[in-house]
Amino acid sequence: MSESEPVLKGAGGWLGWLLRQPKNGLAKTLLVPAVVSLVCAVLVSGSVMILRPEQRLNEERSRQENILAAAGLLGSGDDVTERFTAIEPRVIDLTEDAFAPALDPSAVLETRRSGPAAASVPVPAELDIAVIKTRPRYVVGYFLYDGARLDMIILPVYGYGLWSTLYGYVALKPDASTIVGLRFYRHGETPGLGGEVDNPRWLAQWRGKRIYDDTGEPVIEVSKGRGAESGSPRARFEVDGISGATLTGRGVTNLLRYWFGPHGFGPFLDELRNGSGEST
Amino acid sequence: MKPSARALVSEPLIADNPITLQILGLCSALAVTTSMWPALLMSLAVTGVLAFGGAVISAIRHQIPDSVRIVVQMTIVASLVIVVDQILKAYAYDVSRQLSVFVGLIVTNCIVLGRIETFAMKNGVAASFFDGLGNGLGYSLALMTIAAIREVLGSGTFFGVTLLPLIRDGGWYYPNGLMILPPGVFFIIGLMIWGIRTWRVEQVEAPEFRIRHVHRPEAGT
Repeated sequence: MSESEPVLKGAGGWLGWLLRQPKNGLAKTLLVPAVVSLVCAVLVSGSVMILRPEQRLNEERSRQENILAAAGLLGSGDDVTERFTAIEPRVIDLTEDAFAPALDPSAVLETRRSGPAAASVPVPAELDIAVIKTRPRYVVGYFLYDGARLDMIILPVYGYGLWSTLYGYVALKPDASTIVGLRFYRHGETPGLGGEVDNPRWLAQWRGKRIYDDTGEPVIEVSKGRGAESGSPRARFEVDGISGATLTGRGVTNLLRYWFGPHGFGPFLDELRNGSGEST
Repeated sequence: MKPSARALVSEPLIADNPITLQILGLCSALAVTTSMWPALLMSLAVTGVLAFGGAVISAIRHQIPDSVRIVVQMTIVASLVIVVDQILKAYAYDVSRQLSVFVGLIVTNCIVLGRIETFAMKNGVAASFFDGLGNGLGYSLALMTIAAIREVLGSGTFFGVTLLPLIRDGGWYYPNGLMILPPGVFFIIGLMIWGIRTWRVEQVEAPEFRIRHVHRPEAGT
């Protein structure tokens, strides 16, 4: 029989008692799965805790890579960390709709949960189309300058798709409406369906699309079948959706409309277009 | 007579290969073999889960009540898979993104449950470890072969290094699109099975029925 049994059978306490029970009895039927689950849960949580710092580094690198990719600044073979120094991170205060030069961007990125940089604002239900409930007061945008002239604005966006929250970056031309590129660096949508938001051919469609119409409404949309073909007056605001990913596409539309709407970056971008955003 | 560790490891490589003889684990063989790197990591992940899962379950096999054995086996296998997935995310981030759900789906890989139910529940810890290792390596061998064929013919590269320069990059090779798509694997596996059975005739199964000539002289005239 088993090699370890005679030793363990002699053990005292509840574990020894359990081991002495008949194999197919009620006690083992109930308790063996429970004990195994408990041990496994400890091992799984332990491995997650130990590996977390390394995974964070990978995620950070992937985030930087996606920021650069959204901006079209990443050639093949480029060193991500080195290219990343070309763009300037700046803290945006979404309550004041202005830059917050007093805050350190890395502090805002790291203290997501505590400290003054982690202040957040509840999103009113009627405005919460991206289903995020609260949004931070301070976010870090990235700015590419050509000398003193602003060349590109890269802003973080996130919101709910079908199963998961999609986190991404949108790169805009200095008019703060024309899209240069878009990338999602973290999401849990279905691979092959909603997960195709990572597909470079789909992402390439975003280049040159406009977020705001003439009245300043964010009307950008992932459309279904109609409109996206050129010739339609709406074509410049529409991107052809992915087959089999209607709800993920709707989520992308909603998160963009939220973040570029009045409760998101809308007023800040107005200030920036008027040039007064720089004054603070 | 108990099989030796050597036999346990070497048998599943060709003679009792999980993919080409047992025809198990095909879904992941279709999904992760478009190029070598994901196939290699997937092979390592499955081999690790098979070997350690088999050993752990074998160690507690006398304590597992029959009625809940699948629950206990799956809990242990699923935990191992999560740990493997976490390790890949920490040390092989890009490839783990390519593998996406398929690492998690090792839990439902028929080879894993098959080896645990038929071997680890009835044999000692060391034997179960080697059985898992052997079957994992057999799976890996099949996966690496499929991935090598698919990557070279489908993308003109091997482990990402260009072997056949593609026309669209100014070379001469026109890539075979069928090799990129999952159905291409059925052709490759079919050809592999044909090849192996031509070499090792003992693997050929007895036909389930035969088509015979009918000798009915009265029907002819």
